[in-house]
Amino acid sequence: MSQVAVEAPPKGGFSFDLCRRNGMLSKKGVPPPSYRKTGTTIVGLIFQDGVILGADTRATEGPIVCDKNCEKIHYMAPNIYCCGAGTAADTEAVTDMVSSQLQLHRYHTGRESRVVTALTLLKSHLFKYQGHVQAALVLGGVDANGPHLHTIYPHGSTDTLPFATMGSGSLAAMSVFESKYREGLTKEEGIKLVCEAICSGIFNDLGSGSNVDVCVITKGQKEYLRNHQLPNPRTYVSSKRFSFPKKTEVLLTRITPLKEMVEVIGGGDIMEE
Amino acid sequence: MTKQQANWSPYDNNGGSCVAIAGADYCVMAADTRMSSGYNILTREYSKICKLADKAVMASSGFQADVNALQKQLAAKHLTYQHQHNKQMSCPAMAQLLSNTLYYKRFFPYYAFNVLGGLDSEGKGCVFTYDAVGSYERVGYSSQGSGSTLIMPFLDNQLKSPSPLLLPAQDAVTPLSESEAVDLVKTVFASATERDIYTGDKLEIVVLNAGGIHREYMELRKD
Repeated sequence: MSQVAVEAPPKGGFSFDLCRRNGMLSKKGVPPPSYRKTGTTIVGLIFQDGVILGADTRATEGPIVCDKNCEKIHYMAPNIYCCGAGTAADTEAVTDMVSSQLQLHRYHTGRESRVVTALTLLKSHLFKYQGHVQAALVLGGVDANGPHLHTIYPHGSTDTLPFATMGSGSLAAMSVFESKYREGLTKEEGIKLVCEAICSGIFNDLGSGSNVDVCVITKGQKEYLRNHQLPNPRTYVSSKRFSFPKKTEVLLTRITPLKEMVEVIGGGDIMEE
Repeated sequence: MTKQQANWSPYDNNGGSCVAIAGADYCVMAADTRMSSGYNILTREYSKICKLADKAVMASSGFQADVNALQKQLAAKHLTYQHQHNKQMSCPAMAQLLSNTLYYKRFFPYYAFNVLGGLDSEGKGCVFTYDAVGSYERVGYSSQGSGSTLIMPFLDNQLKSPSPLLLPAQDAVTPLSESEAVDLVKTVFASATERDIYTGDKLEIVVLNAGGIHREYMELRKD
């Protein structure tokens, strides 16, 4: 028997196996691939009986739109939702992970999840990875202590605010909030303001676009308004139908049956015993 | 030791796409009117199409400050030409002039990606496509700018042109009628706007034919 060192099974977490190789490659001038980013506008605000979250639906890879209608408002718990900006994979993974932890925590305690619990789980994960998990989040929910709204930066710092914006369109959206937000908005006023803030991101920031998603969370209930507004329909459809005529030409077809190719050379050692 | 590299660039990319299609007796030039920088829109109505002569029109994307300087240079040269020859420059002559003007700045180029379109001396549509340092070619159709990677394959599929290596030389103009070409250009821009963040707001179409030049506009997505 040859001595093969049996590797211990992985304990979970990220694999850093390729770090040295990638470091060498980038030193030699091979650029790392770009990731799908949601160069986004996400917002949230507190209104008279809860929290409203909003997001646009564009995902980009450099200058190209790779998803025209993606979902950026992620489920955390029945009473908590979270908007994500940054690298799409990171926002998705981090919110999924924390929502699982919250679910387990609810099974354990038998109580509704609290927003601060989600906040702490998210920020400790992000801080641990020192900004390499590129997720900028707007976390909102209603729990035993009332409505809460937080922003979480990729390095793990957090804010607690009555209205918040994140992503590349955050400045455009914040300008709307700063001029029009007040305490004690009604639900209709709140949704209208969130839509206006998102639209200002959609139209003034190239990283944001397409449609408006809204999520309204109040005590004991939530309303997820997917594609609440569709402000960007296609502007021109030709009356003519396009045909894509010549397909790849087949020049030759030949099928070689493998069976006939097998050649058994006689003899061979007969297994003993 | 402080940083030794330049952390400032004289160039910017203002995005935008340009398309030109030549037909038997017309030439369609089109470009969007968005000018952007990074993730910001600088203006939604900036014309990228410039009339250089009666029968030569240039559409340019890239760095609009350089494009502006280039247009100014060409206008001055064209004025001198008119004084000396007492006529308008033809489109193929303007094409050569543009190439020379670009190559003159070979080692500090104009960051401009141009398509020149117009009518040649026989009244046939012509399109010339360029790189930033003056390499050019007469073609039947072309696309330049941020959306060109999305537009060009579609044009290739729809308007397959004969190889320039064929002998005897084939006519490069497309078989489409003028209205079909305009319709194709509208479709192509509506599609490019869906996927390219730097293309949008409004489409400017300039059509050159025996009757002269006329412009039309079409709205595009504004996000």
